[in-house]
Amino acid sequence: MILFVVQALNGFQLGMLLFLIAAGLTLVFGVMKFVNLAHGVQYMLGAYLGVTFAAHAGGFWPALVLASVVAGLAGLVLERLIFRHLYGRSELDQVLATFGVIITLNEIVRVIWGSSPLELAMPEGLSASFQLMEGLRYPVYRVALAGAGILVAVLLAFVVNRTRVGMLIRAGASNQEMVGALGVDIGGLFRLVFGVGAMLAGFAGVLAGPLVSVEPGMGENLLILAFVVIVIGGVGSIRGAFVAAVIVGLVDTLGRAMITDAAKALLSGPASARLGPAVASMLIYLVMAAVLAVRPTGLFPARA
Amino acid sequence: MAEALLEIVGLRKSYGALRVTDGVDLRVAAGTIHAVIGPNGAGKTTLIGQIFGAIRPDSGQIRLAGRDITGLSPHRRARLGLARSFQITSVLPEFSVLENVALAVQGSHGSAFRFVWPARSEAKWNGLALAGLERVGLAGRAGDLASALSHGEKRQLELAMALVAEPRAMLLDEPLAGAGPEEAARLIALLGGLRGSCAILLVEHDMDAVFQLADTISVLAQGRVIASGTPDAIRADPVVRAAYLGEDF
Repeated sequence: MILFVVQALNGFQLGMLLFLIAAGLTLVFGVMKFVNLAHGVQYMLGAYLGVTFAAHAGGFWPALVLASVVAGLAGLVLERLIFRHLYGRSELDQVLATFGVIITLNEIVRVIWGSSPLELAMPEGLSASFQLMEGLRYPVYRVALAGAGILVAVLLAFVVNRTRVGMLIRAGASNQEMVGALGVDIGGLFRLVFGVGAMLAGFAGVLAGPLVSVEPGMGENLLILAFVVIVIGGVGSIRGAFVAAVIVGLVDTLGRAMITDAAKALLSGPASARLGPAVASMLIYLVMAAVLAVRPTGLFPARA
Repeated sequence: MAEALLEIVGLRKSYGALRVTDGVDLRVAAGTIHAVIGPNGAGKTTLIGQIFGAIRPDSGQIRLAGRDITGLSPHRRARLGLARSFQITSVLPEFSVLENVALAVQGSHGSAFRFVWPARSEAKWNGLALAGLERVGLAGRAGDLASALSHGEKRQLELAMALVAEPRAMLLDEPLAGAGPEEAARLIALLGGLRGSCAILLVEHDMDAVFQLADTISVLAQGRVIASGTPDAIRADPVVRAAYLGEDF
């Protein structure tokens, strides 16, 4: 039971990290039909910048703000130099070019920060743990991280659903050509969405910093999960990204814990030790396939 | 002819060896309806795309009220007073009728990025949007979802979205496409009522509508204007009859 609660909490918190990454990805994909594999790079950049700013700019909190902003700006620079030339081109061009960006930036990060994993210290105030239930202490920081994810989700939902800019973003995701014909600068709208998306991914990188090892290529694993999230949630939908991120986070985390145990219990011998993890890593894709079989455009499609 | 508000001079566009637009000249005078007709594949939609800026011409010039707009992006053209309706119905189905028009008001006023928070001027914007809906006779459906409208009503909504920008010129790409006889009659009356408010370039397959509405008709065939004149002159033109109209006219 305790294990289950811990894993569920961890899964939810992975979901919040995924949401922060997927939010930008889904809007960029939805509004511009642009497949940005390099979105995970923003997450990595956020984490590395977080390490540097934490060491030289007065600790975790200033680093959280500075690294998010700088990661966002870096995203805008990439958009200006590379990505905007890819709009309207085939997915293959977009995938190849942004994959190139991943490789290049991973190398640049290696040159600047070195290949060995770095650590980002937890902020002082949140490094404790608290009594969650009988026999279970849970780190405050992980709860704070999940809280930050929920806060961002509420903010984004408000902006997207209740403001004029949000209305344009939803309209742009639905029919970009028509919105341009109404006199809306689609390029400007997209830069805004892209910058915010890059910033959120950077923000997620700093938040994850104290929990994971900060190393080159750390963004790619989460990026794949983030793509699963936006496919399940429905491309272009913030609400879909949130729900799907929680689902993917929970299924992935609980699956890894439960299925491995179940396999050990049901089978014996060395095969069981291998079978469990193999099935667990397939779980989210099974969920994705099941969702797509029932709702081919995802749970909350942005395009009606 | 009066001063041309929308003027197209020597427009050319080729895809490989295929000349889709082959030296097209058009002049649309203020307050008139100028129809472009032609068989399928004559290059009408490509022509509209170039005028609106979605497709870049190889050569030639497009002028709006004397200003060269050939190199401008679609949204800049829209801000200068060029509105457009699409061949395929383009409203946002998950938005309300009023929201669709309010979006158009917002776009045409260019303040999209200044209003992060719900604006105090909401009432003013919605007032403008409602006035646009009244112009096309759709005010009664303001609160409904756009997806609940009939096909003809969606066409009316599109017109309202174009009109709230107070355009100087409008491009209407087959506004009657898919409309039944009754809807078509209502839309024709509506379009006729717009004469005088702006220059209208109309691309339409419905010949009855074209001959009822147009002040001037240009006939496009294989990317060229083969004839241009009043409806009567076009109806009598032997070249047009041979190339396009057939025996029906």
